[in-house]
Amino acid sequence: MKKAKSANTDENSGAFRRPPSDQSLAIPPHIHNLFDIPVDFCELLDQIAMGVVVLNLERKIVVMNQTLKALTGFSQKEFCGFTCTHILRSNICIQDCPVLRIDEKSGPKCIEGNLINTERQLIPIRITTAPLRNINHQIIGFLETIEDIRLLRELDETASHAYKFSKIVGRSPQMQKIFQSIPSLAQSDSSVLITGETGTGKDMVAETIHQASNRAKGPFAKINCGALPDTLLESELFGHQKGAFTGAVENKPGRIQLANNGTLYLTEIGDLPLPLQVKLLTFLDDKEVFPLGSIKGFSADVRIIAATHRNLEQMVRSGRFRKDLLFRLNVIRLHLPPLRERHGDVQLLLDHFLNTLSAQLGKKTLTLSPKALKILLTYKYPGNVRELKNIVEYAINICSDQQIRSKHLPSYLLNPEPFDMSEAAQQTNVPQAPLSDETGFIRVEPDRNWSDTEKRMIMEALIRAGGRKNKAAASLGWARSTLWRKMNQYGIR
Amino acid sequence: MASKKILIPLHENDVAPRFDLATEVLIVAGNGKIGSAEKRMVVLPRASADQLCHLIITENIQTVICSGIEDDYYQYLTWKRIEVIDSVVGSALKRYFEGKLKPGDIL
Repeated sequence: MKKAKSANTDENSGAFRRPPSDQSLAIPPHIHNLFDIPVDFCELLDQIAMGVVVLNLERKIVVMNQTLKALTGFSQKEFCGFTCTHILRSNICIQDCPVLRIDEKSGPKCIEGNLINTERQLIPIRITTAPLRNINHQIIGFLETIEDIRLLRELDETASHAYKFSKIVGRSPQMQKIFQSIPSLAQSDSSVLITGETGTGKDMVAETIHQASNRAKGPFAKINCGALPDTLLESELFGHQKGAFTGAVENKPGRIQLANNGTLYLTEIGDLPLPLQVKLLTFLDDKEVFPLGSIKGFSADVRIIAATHRNLEQMVRSGRFRKDLLFRLNVIRLHLPPLRERHGDVQLLLDHFLNTLSAQLGKKTLTLSPKALKILLTYKYPGNVRELKNIVEYAINICSDQQIRSKHLPSYLLNPEPFDMSEAAQQTNVPQAPLSDETGFIRVEPDRNWSDTEKRMIMEALIRAGGRKNKAAASLGWARSTLWRKMNQYGIR
Repeated sequence: MASKKILIPLHENDVAPRFDLATEVLIVAGNGKIGSAEKRMVVLPRASADQLCHLIITENIQTVICSGIEDDYYQYLTWKRIEVIDSVVGSALKRYFEGKLKPGDIL
């Protein structure tokens, strides 16, 4: 640029004279002495793949290249004579104009911000501003380059999820091993058996395998084998023919048929009754479904993913699960480790849930006090990730400060009972105990979310208060209107 | 022209380059003649597009003249039946009262 003998520069005074707008269009600026013949400066700028703008000392636009015109949406004719603030429409120009910070000794300044183009899009940008000097080293204008960093921002977002696979978060070696195996598992059509304690993320892994597979465009049908009575479950799985039983007024396809060309996810497979185990086994062998009451079979191309928190081998030994079905399901076995064995993941998950749940609950991101963090890091989490999520959700709801302290954590964490490994592995159902004790501390069940906990809290307060809302609201520390609103929200009458 | 209430976000006496970054606004109530229009400046506690939208609604503004505005806010205001003349640079008020102002005008 030093070789450029600009028509706009008064070299003796070092001042910059902007030509009238019509003149700048009629006689485009040229660079002399670079080649044998003058080079069109605008055309040179247009070859640059990032936005470039030349400003005079009054911050008015002298020339800008095609890339910047495309980025801002303004054309050559429009910008002449206006300051860059009105054309770039960047927050940087308004809040912290880099040109104003440049003096005789300054070098280039680089700032990240955003602009709004004529399409009304907010685009993240990086502006680098450098002074333009004449041959006497006096500043005669400024050169700004504007980079569209949308792609970089997207990559940053991906990088921040480096410890994530789909929705599963973890960086422990055990989880990394699972993340590595999922893509190859997804590509095969073999049955998968996912085992692991409750709250370890079996459902998420099953869905991730489906999403990463060639069947992703097909349906993902999920059925909980422990949630329905035997007859209903059979009808739900295999479908039924009109008139097969009382109330079967029309033909109904089963989940297997609905999952054709997709994946059927059988959760709590350990709770599948023995007669249905035989029927499922037949389907796995023949790939043909016989709806209830039908003699005609339908072929279904379905991949089976099953999951359970039970010890199927033990169930086979005690005669409660068919050995041959276990063999057919157990083609690929994926065991999800309990949270207490995932070293380093508790801290990562705490940060993850603090960020996501704070945003969901419309609160500022909270931090954990050292004492609260110590409690959370040493707790054994029998309910695994689900329990950890519920604890964080509880703490965010309870905490009204900037920092979550130990008093904001569920009281059972402060006096934890000795952890029984065998009990966790057995995963037996624990009868429900009252949520709050005499002292008024609220106890959160590991598998409950905040809404369930709050609903139960309200019910118990109402029972204790004999149905008197004023008294119940006072015992909860709420105003009567808050109790009324929450009762409406949860449909408590 | 029937009596109308117009709001213009300002930045150093010009139409503010950004709707979301304006800290003061000019509210003009007039019935077609710029000379008889009643002008009022409102200084906002902080720059916020949400607060500005709230002000526009509570002040019963019929037309907003601005420069850069994010699509979400543009759509919200037009959904609220408020006319938004955006991407305007320069002295827009005179042109508006002449009935000639249109989006994208560089004056």
